[in-house]
This record gives sequence, structure tokens and C-alpha cells, in this order.
Amino acid sequence: MHEMAICESVRGIIEEEAARQDFRKVGRVCMEIGRLSAVEVEALKFGFDVVMRGSLAQDARLEIVETEGRAWCMPCGQSVPIAARFDPCPDCGSHQLQVTGGQEMKIRELEVS
Amino acid sequence: MCTICGCGEGAVRIEGKAHGHHHHHGHDHDHHHDHDHGPHHDDHVHDCGSGPGGTRAPGMSQARMVKLEKDIHSKNNEYADANRKMFAERGVLALNLVSSPGSGKTTLLCRTIEALKGKLPIAVIEGDQQTSNDADRIRATGAPAIQVNTGKGCHLDAHMVGHAADHLDLAEGGLLLVENVGNLVCPAGFDLGEAHKVVVLSVTEGEDKPLKYHDMFAAADLMILNKTDLLPHLDFDVEACIANARKVNPRIKVLRVSARTGEGMSDWTAWIGAVRAMALVGHRRAAELGAA
Repeated sequence: MHEMAICESVRGIIEEEAARQDFRKVGRVCMEIGRLSAVEVEALKFGFDVVMRGSLAQDARLEIVETEGRAWCMPCGQSVPIAARFDPCPDCGSHQLQVTGGQEMKIRELEVS
Repeated sequence: MCTICGCGEGAVRIEGKAHGHHHHHGHDHDHHHDHDHGPHHDDHVHDCGSGPGGTRAPGMSQARMVKLEKDIHSKNNEYADANRKMFAERGVLALNLVSSPGSGKTTLLCRTIEALKGKLPIAVIEGDQQTSNDADRIRATGAPAIQVNTGKGCHLDAHMVGHAADHLDLAEGGLLLVENVGNLVCPAGFDLGEAHKVVVLSVTEGEDKPLKYHDMFAAADLMILNKTDLLPHLDFDVEACIANARKVNPRIKVLRVSARTGEGMSDWTAWIGAVRAMALVGHRRAAELGAA
């Protein structure tokens, strides 16, 4: 989807934190991206390098932790893994699923100096 | 530049005017090509290992970890929360209409305004990459409209909508219809502070669109199947389309509408009436405004 816009947001957050927490250089950015978050990880990596150019994170290494999709199956009454939002419950085949995990889009931590 | 737009510097325009933080980039690049390609990299000085003989000054590059656990959309969500609070204070029902280009959103809005005119105040925010054609069409119905041009951006964000809403001077107890940029992908991820996302799907599109663009259908509370007057000429399978939408979002409500012939329009305005009543719950002038 809008990976460049996401990278712009990441740059904005990093610049704000740099002012708040007093650092001048970011060596590593660790992000958590859920598999159901509609973010294409490869596009994000490409966008990251382009967007960080000229910023305090321009040499930063990007690490992405992908979290799996999970949903609560209402007929089964249990948490099940799903690969996509429209997947049926792997046990009962129902689509009565409430997505509970895998939608994350977070900056977990930064290595700064 | 606005850090949440992601739409290119100064590219976002509200009614033809750049919104905030814009920089005037002159495009006179012709004099920039006469520099010598010497070994200087003035902007790329690294602060570690750059001392004489490649030595490192003690303490110069002591790395530390900063825990953030911060949502990447947190900035947009802050603006969205501010919008939502402003809408609640004014008893305004805000709806975010999303669809692919050409689904008939603008026609649907024009017909909606005609149907509700005189019953409640209506204002419109139109999002498009370029042109003010849609806002012009809305204004022709007599409703106030403001055009946001996102430039290179593929979606409206809460920051743009907040600015646009300021220009509109929303009436208490009114309806704000936000027509997002025609795009079934990106607008799904951006909360504008609306009460509901309404996805418009025309029957000239495929019935598998809810599966192909599932994030949007998962984010929407209502799906309007538009252009139903064309169904006799098409192979579109309405039931299969609805089943696909429910696979992605078991709670989604569906209305069949033809904005052109008026079929189903009363269901749509009834839905607006119902969610507007919800938007007014707890408002100090609820009784008075609800009777409007």
C-alpha cells in the first residue's frame, strides 16, 4: 500500500524522538509489521532507504519482525492462525473470525548514538 | 514538510492553496549541473572512525537502545482523535466514502444531498489527486464543499481533513461527507476521525473485489453496491459479491443502490438517519438537533 507514506511517518517519529531523547544518529531501526497490516515488507525496505536519505537515520539498518495473523474463531471459541484476512478457520472452515493479531505496524526500538 | 502526508513536499492543496509547511521549490535546476565531482561528500561525514588514522574518540559513538513501541500511524491517529472530538462536540456525523475510481461516489453524494436537503446541514470534503471538478459538482447542488488535492498522495489523512473541516465551518448536528481519493488500498489504513467508512462498489466491477482488496472491506461498516440499474446487462453475481464481503468482514452491512435511478436511495438515507441518531447520543442539544 502506501509504504513511502509509512516511511515518512517513521522518519517523523525518529526526528521527534531525537529531539526528545537527545540522539544524533540512528544505527538500527527495529519495526514490527503484522502479516495482515497491508504493508509489503520489500516495498517498505525500498522506501526506507529512499526516505531516510539526508536524515539522522540515513545509514540505519532496518530490521523487520513480522508477526503472524491470528483470529478468534467464534464457532470454535478458540484462537487460530490465519495467513490472510479472508481465510476460513483452519479447524471448522467458518468465516466468523475476529482478527486479533497481525495488524501491528510499530517502531519497536532504535539503536542510537 | 508534513510528516504524515507522505504526499511529496508542498503537494497537498486545499482549494488550490498549499496547506501549511510548504516550501517553494523553484524548478530552475539548470545551474546545478556545473559542480565538480571532487572527492568531497560534505553531507556524509560519519562521526565514528573518522578521526586521524581512523581512530575512534572514546565515547563518541556509544550506541544505546531506545525503546519506542510506537505505532507508525500514531501521528495520524492523534489528528484523527482530534477530529473525532471536534465532530462529537458539534454533533456532526462524519462518513468516509471510499471506493475505486469510477464507482459513482460523486453522483451518489449529489443525489444524497438532494434527498436530504432542508432536513439537515450537509458539507462535503472532496479528495482527489488533482482538479476541483468534484467539489464543483457538489457545490452545484448548493452544499458547501472543499476540495483537497493530495498531489502525489494516494489517500486523505486526518491532518488534511482537520484543515479542510476548519475551512468548512461545520454546522452543529450536520452531516459531513468525506469523499476519499478513488483507491481501494491506501485509504483503508488512515483513520480520518470518521464515524464510519462506507465502501462503494459498483456492479460494473468484479464481485471478487472484496477479496482482492480485503483491507478496505474489513475497515468499512457499510458496503453500497451501486449502479444496480445496470445489473440486467451484466453477469455480476450480487449474492457472491455479498458473500465475499462477509468472508472478509462478517459484520458489514450491504445496501443495493442506483444513484442514477434512485433505487435503494431511501435505504441509504435511512441508514444515515440511524447512524446520525447514534452520533447525537449524549450531545447537549440532541433532542433539538435530532428533530431537524
